[in-house]
Amino acid sequence: MSAEMTVGAPAPEQAMETPKRISRERISMLLRSAPFVVGMLILIFWVVMAIVGPWIVPYGADDTNLLNTLTPPASDHWFGTDQFGRDVFSRVIVGSRDILIVAPLATLLGTLVGTVLGLVTGYARGLTDDVISRIVEAFLALPLLILAMLVITALGASNATVIVVIGLSFGLIVGRTVRAAVLGERDLDYVAAANLRGEKPIYILFVEILPNILPPILVETTVRLGYAIFTVASLSFLGLGIQPPSPDWGLSISQNYGLIGGGYWWTVLFYAIAIGSLVVGVNLTADGVQSVIDA
Amino acid sequence: MLDALTPMQDATAAALDVRDLDIAYRVRRRDRQVIRGLSFRIGQGETFGLVGESGCGKSTVALAVARYLPDNGRVRTGSIHIGGADALSMQGEALRQFRTRSISMVYQDPGRALNPSIRIGAQMAEVFEVAGVPASERMGKVEAILNRVRIVDAGRVMGRYPHELSGGMLQRVVIAMALAVDPTLLILDEPTTALDATVEAEVLDLIETLRAEMGSSVLFIGHNLAVIRRMCARVGVLYAGTLVEEGPTREIFSQPRHPYTVGLLRCLPRPGLSKHQTRLDTIPGFLPTSLADVKGCVFAPRCGLAQDICRTTEPPLIPVSEGRVSRCHFHEQAPDLPRTTPPAPPTDRKKVPAFRPVIRADNISKTFGNAAAPVYALRDVSVEIWPGETLGLVGESGSGKTTLAKLLMGLTPPDPNAIIELNGQKLAHLATARQPAELEALQIVFQNPDAALNRSQTIRGIISRPMKKLGGYRGAALADKLRGLMSHIRLAERYLPMRPRQLSGGLKQRVAIARAFAGDPRIVVCDEPTSALDVSVQAAILNLLADLQAEQGVSYLFVSHDLRVVRYISDRIAVLYLGRLMEIGPAEAVFNGPHHPYTESLMAASAAEEASGQLRLKGEIPSAMRPPSGCVFHTRCPRKIGTICETTEPELVQREGDHGIRCHLDLDQMGRAVTIEA
Repeated sequence: MSAEMTVGAPAPEQAMETPKRISRERISMLLRSAPFVVGMLILIFWVVMAIVGPWIVPYGADDTNLLNTLTPPASDHWFGTDQFGRDVFSRVIVGSRDILIVAPLATLLGTLVGTVLGLVTGYARGLTDDVISRIVEAFLALPLLILAMLVITALGASNATVIVVIGLSFGLIVGRTVRAAVLGERDLDYVAAANLRGEKPIYILFVEILPNILPPILVETTVRLGYAIFTVASLSFLGLGIQPPSPDWGLSISQNYGLIGGGYWWTVLFYAIAIGSLVVGVNLTADGVQSVIDA
Repeated sequence: MLDALTPMQDATAAALDVRDLDIAYRVRRRDRQVIRGLSFRIGQGETFGLVGESGCGKSTVALAVARYLPDNGRVRTGSIHIGGADALSMQGEALRQFRTRSISMVYQDPGRALNPSIRIGAQMAEVFEVAGVPASERMGKVEAILNRVRIVDAGRVMGRYPHELSGGMLQRVVIAMALAVDPTLLILDEPTTALDATVEAEVLDLIETLRAEMGSSVLFIGHNLAVIRRMCARVGVLYAGTLVEEGPTREIFSQPRHPYTVGLLRCLPRPGLSKHQTRLDTIPGFLPTSLADVKGCVFAPRCGLAQDICRTTEPPLIPVSEGRVSRCHFHEQAPDLPRTTPPAPPTDRKKVPAFRPVIRADNISKTFGNAAAPVYALRDVSVEIWPGETLGLVGESGSGKTTLAKLLMGLTPPDPNAIIELNGQKLAHLATARQPAELEALQIVFQNPDAALNRSQTIRGIISRPMKKLGGYRGAALADKLRGLMSHIRLAERYLPMRPRQLSGGLKQRVAIARAFAGDPRIVVCDEPTSALDVSVQAAILNLLADLQAEQGVSYLFVSHDLRVVRYISDRIAVLYLGRLMEIGPAEAVFNGPHHPYTESLMAASAAEEASGQLRLKGEIPSAMRPPSGCVFHTRCPRKIGTICETTEPELVQREGDHGIRCHLDLDQMGRAVTIEA
């Protein structure tokens, strides 16, 4: 028996998980999750297209050719051409650029606003929480699209307005998730211990509580990104989002949907598939992240 | 009762026969062995106890016997026969029939064993429905079985939802359901662990009586040695998935022949023992992480008797005497296992000038709810704690122990006219309004270290933050201070970069203690600091607290429901009931009596873990919303005098010395609880 043991010191700790092993474990679980892998592949595809698209597409997205309008898909124009003779394939690829800037920025803004809002309402409770929560609920009672339309009509449409409007309204939704997570933490004894050494509320919120609620915030962020893409596309379709001459998907659909009746389906379908695939990709990724975090 | 035997069963076979059982859980694509080579047998009508600390595999055995292992659990080899039928080969309908008729289980938490949205009666009737009893007879049978578990008002209970009943009542209901079909084997997995001592005493009495009446065969799983000793005729001691000793309970507990059993029994504070007399012995080290890597005896790394042979050759189960085996090469020497801690308590106690109490709480009340429906959590409690002393605080759950602790800490405000003084200086009611020096002087160790330590921070961050915040330490001074504290708390410095989840329960509680001692506390509130820990770890933590007190002259308010732990660590003891201070005085006076009838009942309940036929408290603690008139204890008091108890609340009268008792009885009319010497 060693001298160390005789004074009651613990013997060498069993080799438990180290933080590195835990995060490696998480990553390998993610990589084994089929939804995550498929979703990620779709996302990576579109991000790469958004970055290098303009240099690899066969035609310029805005190049018109009035001698060659509304041709169906063929070997020289894979997705056909629209009423100005522009190559639909090139436009679908390049059209990913704006939405992949606007939607993530809106989501990021929403996460930041929501995190602060949720931390404050969850921790303060009482009157502050009641007042802010009722206001939030009043806003959430309005359909997001209607709310966005009202504000954008008033302020004028631009990418920045879209980001701010979607970001703020998502902030309210994210805030409720964060608030619930904070409520689960704030009564734990480690918060009491922090109070008992005189920590200020801001320290308790951001240093003690925030790191513990990052997982639900991450899940909420990925879920919100899917909604953001959908909302941006909808607003663009209504003419309130991304503005011409961008080859944006939602915008392109709104410019061409009158042609469907004439049988020119390719001028709409490929944009719709692009939106759908991006939303599905993000949602699959979110599912994967959620299942690993819940595990 | 129903016909218990399915066609494949044989009435003469053993109720449970487990042979060479080997169970593994598949974790991260690798098999992790949890039970190895386990064999034991429970005869018809026998009660067999399986005892061991957390992580030893007791519950896994229970789940395997009920064929209810989680999806990643697998019986690799071995057999389980219940009433002669092979339990492991059953599938589909046969398995369902087997679970219906042959086996019943009672778990630790009755609140989670019952469906919260179905009334008790309907829920119990399901058992009979599955067993094929016609609908018209079911409710009658439910009532009969409820009467059998001594529920007087069965009709009323049947109409209730689970949340409307107390824990003790729920556990009776669960036991009634388990016995409804007269199973071949009844498995009780820590059936009283979640209950208060007074309720536990009643439930144990009930189990004992029912077992005798019905002749059931019982597998009783537990970590509480005293309960196992009382309830079981034979016992198996499980360590790291291995049966290390088995035999008649009385012999094993009086003359253990395996070093692990010896160590485990020594960890328990014996009745009447105090920190001034001796240190508790502990078991050094930890459970092996992986059974697959163990060569030789599984206990060898922690054993004071281990020789070379122990590390190379696994001992077989060696017959010790008639019906008794021990898995130890040196079982004859086991009783001479060397102590791992020096027995003498620290003698160089730090003397602290004691001309005034370090903390004085006067006239403390706490009312929850609104004026229309007030809930009196505490009524006019006054306590003082002197420098270097420990005040033990005992009472059933709902008595206000934790509320009092939180009030002193300033985590929740008392009713306005309360006075809390630290070293004669009045303290603000809320911690947020207190000065840094006051915060530093008054610290707390919580019950559950998992909630008390921030899981996203490192041990270094957790311990050094209060040093920076309260002591203003920086840089090299901080590093020195940290190193000094770590050696005081006996925490190796290599834990500093780790996070709480990487540490065992005992180590986490050490970190929590280190945080409380990071400043220079004058009083530390310990709120059930060992109740989430195994006995061997509990012993080490109690030693640590006693040593720190001797070294630093700190005072403790020690809240616990375990009377033996309180007796060991406390100099004075306060007894709370429904928010009232019923008795307060020197530990010896309170424990030796004469004492308040409530204290007497608590002590009797504690002793009841070991023996039947003691004084029993009837019923449950009344609701604090409608406290009884007069003396709040009169509804349950075994020594009630008469109407005076119902009309007039007695004063807390100082009897001999500092011993205050709130009771109408004269001192010579009060009882003394019988304590049983181990």
